[in-house]
This record gives sequence, C-alpha cells and structure tokens, in this order.
Amino acid sequence: MAEICLGLIFVGLTMYAVLGGADFGAGFWDLTAGGDRRGGPVRGLIQRSMSPVWEANHVWLIFVLVVSWTAFPVAFGAVFTTFLVPLFLAALGIIMRGTAFALRGQAATIKEARVLGAIFALSSVILPFFLGTVLGGIAAGAVDVADPAPSNDAWTSLVAITAGVLAVLTGAYLSAVFLAGDARRAELPDLERAFRARALGIGVVTGAASIGALFVLRSDARPLYDGLTSGAGLAAVIASVAAGIATLALIWTWRFGLARWTAAAAVAAVVLGWWLATRPDVLPGLPLDEAASPDATLTALVISVALGLLLLVPALLYLYRLVLAGTLSQGYEPLDQQFRPTDGDGS
Amino acid sequence: MLDLGVLAAAAEQVTGVLGDQPAPDAIEARRMQALSLAVHIPIVCFGIAFPAMILFVHGLYLRTGEAHFKALAKRWSKVALTLFAVGVVTGTILSFEFGLLWPDFTATFGEVYGVAFGLEGVAFFLEAIFIAIYVYGWDRLPRRTHFLTGIPIVITGFFGSFCVIAVNGWMNHPEGFGVENGDVVDPEPFNAIFNGNLWHELIHMYLAGYIVAGFIVAGVYAAAHLRGKRDAYHRTGLVVALSFAALAAPAQVIVGDWAGRTVTKDQPIKLAAIEGLPTTTKGAPFTFGGWYDAENNTMNGGIEIPKLLSVLADHDPNATVVGLDTVPPEDRPPVNIVHYSFQIMVGIGTLLAMLGALFVLTLWRHKRLPRSKWFYRGVVVAGPLALVALIAGWVTTEVGRQPWIVYEVMRVEDSVTSSDGLELGFAVLVAVYLLLAVAVAWLLRRLSAQSPEREVVHR
Repeated sequence: MAEICLGLIFVGLTMYAVLGGADFGAGFWDLTAGGDRRGGPVRGLIQRSMSPVWEANHVWLIFVLVVSWTAFPVAFGAVFTTFLVPLFLAALGIIMRGTAFALRGQAATIKEARVLGAIFALSSVILPFFLGTVLGGIAAGAVDVADPAPSNDAWTSLVAITAGVLAVLTGAYLSAVFLAGDARRAELPDLERAFRARALGIGVVTGAASIGALFVLRSDARPLYDGLTSGAGLAAVIASVAAGIATLALIWTWRFGLARWTAAAAVAAVVLGWWLATRPDVLPGLPLDEAASPDATLTALVISVALGLLLLVPALLYLYRLVLAGTLSQGYEPLDQQFRPTDGDGS
Repeated sequence: MLDLGVLAAAAEQVTGVLGDQPAPDAIEARRMQALSLAVHIPIVCFGIAFPAMILFVHGLYLRTGEAHFKALAKRWSKVALTLFAVGVVTGTILSFEFGLLWPDFTATFGEVYGVAFGLEGVAFFLEAIFIAIYVYGWDRLPRRTHFLTGIPIVITGFFGSFCVIAVNGWMNHPEGFGVENGDVVDPEPFNAIFNGNLWHELIHMYLAGYIVAGFIVAGVYAAAHLRGKRDAYHRTGLVVALSFAALAAPAQVIVGDWAGRTVTKDQPIKLAAIEGLPTTTKGAPFTFGGWYDAENNTMNGGIEIPKLLSVLADHDPNATVVGLDTVPPEDRPPVNIVHYSFQIMVGIGTLLAMLGALFVLTLWRHKRLPRSKWFYRGVVVAGPLALVALIAGWVTTEVGRQPWIVYEVMRVEDSVTSSDGLELGFAVLVAVYLLLAVAVAWLLRRLSAQSPEREVVHR
C-alpha cells in the first residue's frame, strides 16, 4: 500500500513537472519575448494555449500535497518545516502568477496587460526555481526527520540551486516544444519557426545543464548519484537522454506532434529515475514502512483516489481532446493587437 | 442534562511527533492562517452557489431562446472562471500553510484527516476541468452538451466543500482515532470524515454560500436598478440572485439553531464563550453586548434577558448551561472576540432573513418586485453585510475552538512551526492579498462596464 501511495506521489509529480512545468515555461518565454510589438505574437499564443488548461494543470500540485500529507505525514511535516522560506516564496509566486494570468485575459489597455504580464512571467520563472530547490534539498538529504528545523542552508546548497535552475530550464524546454505544436495547429508559421528555434536552443542548454547536474550530485549527493548511475536508476537516466535526443531530432525535422510526447517522456524518466534511486526510502534515511501512515489510512486513500481517477481520467482526456482539437481555443491575436481597435469586439 | 464528569476528565493530550522546538511566532501563524481563510472563504461561497445560479439562467435561455438570458449566463460564467482562478491560488496557499504553519498538526494527524483532502483534491480537479470546458465552450460545443458540462461544476463545488468542512468538523469534534501514550493510533479515516459536526457545519456553510453569493450578485443589479437600468437583462440578474439568497436566508435561521444546540452539547466551553457565561447556571440569561474580564472571570455590562440562553441552547427555560469556570483559564478561548463575532453574525443574519422574506412575500402576494428605493438600497448593502456575517461566523467557530487545534486533544501551540520571522511573512501576505483584492475588484468593474449585447454577438 505504501508503495502504491509513493507511486501516486511520483505520478502526480511527473504530471505536474510536465504539464505545470510547461505552463511555467510559457511564462519564461513570455518574459523573454521582447517589447510590446515584437513580443505580441508570442504572448498572444501563450494566452490562447494556457487559458483553458492551466488551472487543471496546477491541481496536480495540490494532488501531490494532499497525498503526501495523508500517506507520509511525518515526512511532509519535516519537509515543510525545513523548507519554510522557499516554500513560502513559492506560495507567493503561486498567488501572483495565477491571478496575473487570469486578469491579463481581461486587460483593456496595453499598459494593464504589460504590468499583469510582467507579474505573471516573472513569477512563472521564480516559482519553479523555488520548488526545484526544495526537491534538490530533499535529494541532498537536508531534511532532519527526527527534529526538523527551518534551515536556509537546506535550499541554498549547490544541489538545491542546481535543481532550481534545472526546473526552470525544463519547463522552458517543454513549453517551447508544446507551443511550436500549438503554433502549427493554429496555422501560424512565423511562431512555429520561432518556437522551433527556441526548443532546439533550450533543449541543448537543458541537456548540457542536466549533465552538469550529475557532476554536482556526484560531489554533493553521492547516494542519489550512485542510485542514478547503476541498475534501474541508470536505465531511467539513459531513457531520459534517449528521449531528449529523439525530441531534438523530431523538432529538427518539424515533427512537433511526436516531439510533444518524447519531451514529456524525457522529463518523466528523470522523475522516475529519482524515485528508483531513492527507493526504498521516502526521504534519504527514512525508510518507506517507517514513514507511511497505518494501513487503514493508506487503504482509504488508495480507494478514494482510485475512485476519483475513474472520473478524473475520462474528464481530463475530454478536456485535452477538446483543447487539442481546437474546440475551446479562442481566436488567436497578438497580445498587443488586442488593444489596437478602440474598444471593439476584438478580444 | 450534561455530564460534567466527562469534562473534568478531558481526553489524553497529544503534543505531536515532530520534536519539541520552541514556537516563537504562534500568534503570527494564527494571523496568517486567519487572513488566508478570510480571503479564501468568500471565494468558496461563489464556488458553491454561483454555478447553480448560472445553470438556472442558462436553462432559461435553452427553454426560451431569449438573448438576455444567454448574455447573463455567459457573463456570469466569465466572472465565475476568474473567481475560480483566484480560488485555485488562495486554496493552494491554504494547503501550503498546513505544512508551513502547522507542520506538527499535519505530521501527527495527517493519517486521520488526510483522506478527506484526497477526496477534495479529486473534486477540485474535476471542477477545474469542467469549469474550463464550460466557460470556453460557449458557442463552440453543441447546446445540450455544453449545458451538461456545467452540471459537474455544481456537484464538485458541493462535494469539495463537503470534504473541507469534514476536516473542520473533525477538528472541532475529533473522532476516528485513538491516543496511546501521547501517540495517535488506529486511524479510521472515514469515521473521521463523518464526524458529529459534519452535517450541521456543512449545511450552515452551504446556505451561507448562497446567501453571500446571492446578495453580492443581487447588489450589483440593485445598484443598476437604482441608476435606472431596468431592462430584462438587469431584472433577471436581480431576481435570480436575490431569489437564491432570499430562500436561503430564512432557512439559515433554523440551521443556525441546530448548530447552536450541537455546540451546547459537544463544545460547552465554546458556547460559554459565545454567550459570555462565566459560571455554570441553571436558567441562564442571554447577554447582549457586555465585556468579559478574563482575570476575574466576570461579564461586565451588557443587557441580560433572563432564561433566554437556556431556551436557545436546550429549548428549556430551566436548563443548566455550562460556564467558563468548568475549565482552567488556560483552556478558555478569547471570550470577547467569540462573543462579539457571534452577535454580529446573528444580528446580520436576522436582518438578511427579514430582507429575504420581504422580497419573497412581495413577489408571491403582488407578483412584482418591491417598489421602494430603500429595498434596493438594502440589497446593495446586504452583500457586504453577508460577507461580514460569514467571516464573523467562522471567527466564532474557530476562535471558539481555541486553545485547541484538535478539540481537547492537541493544543495550537504544540502544532505550530518553530520558525521565527513570521511577522515579515505576515506583512508580505497582507500586501499580496490587498493587491489581489484590488485587482479582482478592478476586473469585476471592468466586466460589468461592458455592454451585455457583447456576450451574444461575441464569438
């Protein structure tokens, strides 16, 4: 039962890393799109792509939190005690990002859109960074489960910072791949080219950074490094590298539809590898059966989530089917163009 | 009659599993939690009530084909989506705070109450999916399908609040676990969910959702009415929203009585704080106003109505009501806050019930809307007042629970984070929420300034 619950957490983390990460990455591209006129088309596409799905994507985070505190309450309490500062900052980022994005859709002037867009985009970059530092800190074994105390060293270690940077890069990479595909479906060849170039560039950077991260793990988080370079962990790492290279090849040859899946697989393999490398511990030094709630709780949780998934999976598939078929898409317009006609019916 | 022996031998207490670091900022943590809840709960009211109102108007459109029904349902659904977005982020903050502010509460009791949140997560997920499909589906999905995609939003809104209220009810009426040597054992998650406080709290909150959302929405159209906008679009907005609120407000009085009697039975000290009753009294009076002196355990000033409290608490003028003196001073909640919050809630609730009854009676007897300008001014004020009553009600039940985070089992100070420097966090959070409030108010004004015709022609 405890294994199933841990599996649920990692499934949730993977979904959040892929779907939520791509939304953060969209904020990254929004931030770096340039001035009103130059960045208008990019921002318009981002607004259109994210609007129907970002809330559902975000809920994976909540899913991870509630399963964690139900199945592994002590580990959850210890992690949140230790990483108070980055998690608080991430929470602020969550408020800023979500609200600013939702409100930008209703902005009436370019000035309003500029301010809201800047808040949305900046917090989209900061947020995954802080969440990444927490994961990195956990991987480096910074949580003292027996007597946890808030610690700034825990999230400012080299491993933690590396994980934060990787989280930002990964999101940007996923997002570029997804948006290139969206641009094609919206028949916007200029944007298709723009995001293809971004995907190739950031893909290479992210790949290089990941290899660099392995060296950081080797010196500062040896147990995790050993787990990732032997047995099942190694297989996951190799799968991730293969999927990453495949993605680059697919993008190079303009096959964005398939690239969407391989890019997601590359990220999923990393999360999976992390799980395989940490097993059977929940946190470094905290074995699964010690950390898990009593069986009555785990059974109740698994039953609840399983029943929930029976409803959730078809609903999610329905949503993504509608989104990918373009049924829910609003008309595309460069963000700055929405404010050109003086208060028409344009938006 | 109450068994006072049970009170004297309180349950074995739990201090938590996460070690015993000092907690320098317990008050700041409580402030942050209270602030975050006060921001989130009003949005929840819209999550509970607004989808049903939208679907009602949507249904009118499907039956009649009248454009103004469509314009209104579509406009409302956009508002609902924006409020949902804000609810998503403020709700996430709350789940972070379970770990950030109360790590030992979660670490110790997560195995007992956590499953309720697992279910809530599922409900929240479905709500997020269908609200996106519904709102972005206008003019794009087949008419029937589109209407049907709205129904899960109503159901999940109810079920989500069911789960969250279950946890709050459990904190006030803990069940479904045992305590052995200060450790929590034998969790029974479903017994924890179906605790003795669940149903009255849930229905009380559910009705409150309709009252708050109904009066706030109605207030917008009442203000428009006063400015002379009385076309079919504005009239429908007023009548539908006001009808929901007007039916819920009188019903709330009955549910409130039920809640009050349950508190008398299960949390007598909370009731004593609500009523400002220093000593156990047979035929206890109801005290209006007054000021509690914690040092001497006396109630000063205030207007006493003889025997009324016994009547309210137990439907018997000579019933014995437990006073604050039955527990040591450190186990008593801050009486004045609880006492006044309660009186504010009940006072406003009574006014709203009267306003609602007036509306229903006029509609029923004369088949028309009230004509007096003062009625419409009353509706404009009713929204903000309902909000005040809502928050006052939550203050009553949550401050009345103090000093316990799990009633009579775990103290708040044993659950709070050992971090200091929370003052800074609190200040930042205040600033962020103020910005949020300004931004949302700005957005809603922007939406209501656009002409409704836009919703019909707009593709």
